Amino acid sequence: MFKKLRENKFLFEELVKRDFKKKYTRTVLGVFWSLLSPLLQLLVMSLVFKQFFGRNTPHYTIYLFCGTLLFNWYKEATKGGMAALVSNANIFTKVNVPKYLFLLSKNIQAFINFILTLVIFAIFLAFDKIVPTWRFVLLIYPIICLIFFNIGVGMVLSALNVFFRDIAYLYDIFCMLLSYLSAIFYSIDRFDESVQRYFMLNPMYCYISYFREVVIDASIPGPYHHALCAGFALVMIIIGAWTYRHYNQKFLYYL
Amino acid sequence: MSIIQAKNVSIRYITGDFKDIGLKEYVIKKITRKYKVKEFWADKDVSFSLEQGDMLGIIGSNGAGKSTLLKAVSGIMIPTKGHMETHGTIAALLELTSGFDKDMTVKENTYLRGAMLGYTREFMDEKYSEIIAFAELEEFEDRAYKQLSSGMKSRLAFSIACLVKPDIIILDEVLSVGDGAFRKKSGNKMKEILATGVTGIIVSHSIPQIRDMCNKILWLDHGNQIAFTEEVQLYCDAYEEFLLTKKLPKTKDDIFALAQAHDERLEQERLEKQLKEQKRIEKVLEQGTSDAAIDAALNVIRKNRPELLNPEIFSENK
Repeated sequence: MFKKLRENKFLFEELVKRDFKKKYTRTVLGVFWSLLSPLLQLLVMSLVFKQFFGRNTPHYTIYLFCGTLLFNWYKEATKGGMAALVSNANIFTKVNVPKYLFLLSKNIQAFINFILTLVIFAIFLAFDKIVPTWRFVLLIYPIICLIFFNIGVGMVLSALNVFFRDIAYLYDIFCMLLSYLSAIFYSIDRFDESVQRYFMLNPMYCYISYFREVVIDASIPGPYHHALCAGFALVMIIIGAWTYRHYNQKFLYYL
Repeated sequence: MSIIQAKNVSIRYITGDFKDIGLKEYVIKKITRKYKVKEFWADKDVSFSLEQGDMLGIIGSNGAGKSTLLKAVSGIMIPTKGHMETHGTIAALLELTSGFDKDMTVKENTYLRGAMLGYTREFMDEKYSEIIAFAELEEFEDRAYKQLSSGMKSRLAFSIACLVKPDIIILDEVLSVGDGAFRKKSGNKMKEILATGVTGIIVSHSIPQIRDMCNKILWLDHGNQIAFTEEVQLYCDAYEEFLLTKKLPKTKDDIFALAQAHDERLEQERLEKQLKEQKRIEKVLEQGTSDAAIDAALNVIRKNRPELLNPEIFSENK
């Protein structure tokens, strides 16, 4: 796969450039908008939820930001990835190129956006007087896991989208459900111990809580937590790769 | 060693209710048992082989499986049965104008297309101005692609594709591009490329073009291979006749019969044309009242069709 990626480096770069330009040239604010929109979302959420959920949570804004930061990235990467095959059908049905290039291009775009938001996140940390420790380096771990997780989910979704065109609507609803289950704006402390365990079965919660532990609690998550992060990513990427391998030819019939 | 070797290639396609449907429709159709999928073979048992420098023309009416076969050659599709072997780099020019992005500029699209065809960035940097010059789009470089006229679009597509220096080139209906002047230019360019010794496959509905450029012919009909042969002229004759009569040849004798019929028809047409011309001129001569008209007509005949003044023809008509 990596050999093929090198062969298609130029095409890949051009695709990334294309996706990037297409996204930002249409809006007046350009790249700025992609920074502003999560900030506005954060503002609204913290205004609404601080009174209800934030009283017992220290650094509530940061707590919230950890959640939206990762979840928005996940949402953008997977939703963009979902369209990767259908919108590029007129290319790969005419030219022999690896189909995952289109998906990776969308993921890179989402990743760039995430990094930009991460910078703002750092500024917020400074405002909230959270002093960075060496443990912050650990944040690279869930980020890498989430990159692979996003690609895996994107592969499955983009394949599904080829077969069923209404998947996008269903996925919107799924995303909403997932965001409520990911404890973005509330703390799971109010649940029973027995219930709390189940939250870790949600990959997004797993990654978000890793972030929070490192940033807010300044502690290192346990080995079990690490294993889960990598496990989810691995499982998703395997399922995704299998999907692409298995349906590689079938896509052509549907487009 | 053959550059392209196709052995008993069969490609199955499926059609049916599954395209562009949603999950909801799928479930409903499954429950009401209306979900139908039909299989059909776009290509059945097609075999051919090409050596270095060969130029293969694929002929056949719409739906004969030509484009599907090209997809198999270019590696986009894998044959359901049989075996396809290719050696060397392939440049497949299938449906030239698709795959461009309408919102991006001409320049961006040029680079993207170059990347798709497998060029490197350095190569594109070097050739970019040449491409634009050949397409005659110097003033449109920074325009969005959607602002181009359809002629300009295909000119651009062709010009990018023209730069290919591959081992195998696949041309699907790409030789009829642009206006007359550009068509001539592109035809010359194509010949130039073909003269370098690439192995090529051409799909075209223009039989004169096939006659002109190909040394091998593959005739497909509804996925079946009618012929793979080097007798280009004979089979082109037969094919042209087939297009008129719709009688599918089964044996070599049928081919000869078709070719024969073709020649006879051409001869017939030629004679008819000659007769028509002759009558026209006779009419001019009859109606010409003044001597000047007669002189003029005679001059024209002397110049253009001296054989009409041949006494034999006149005696025949008398």
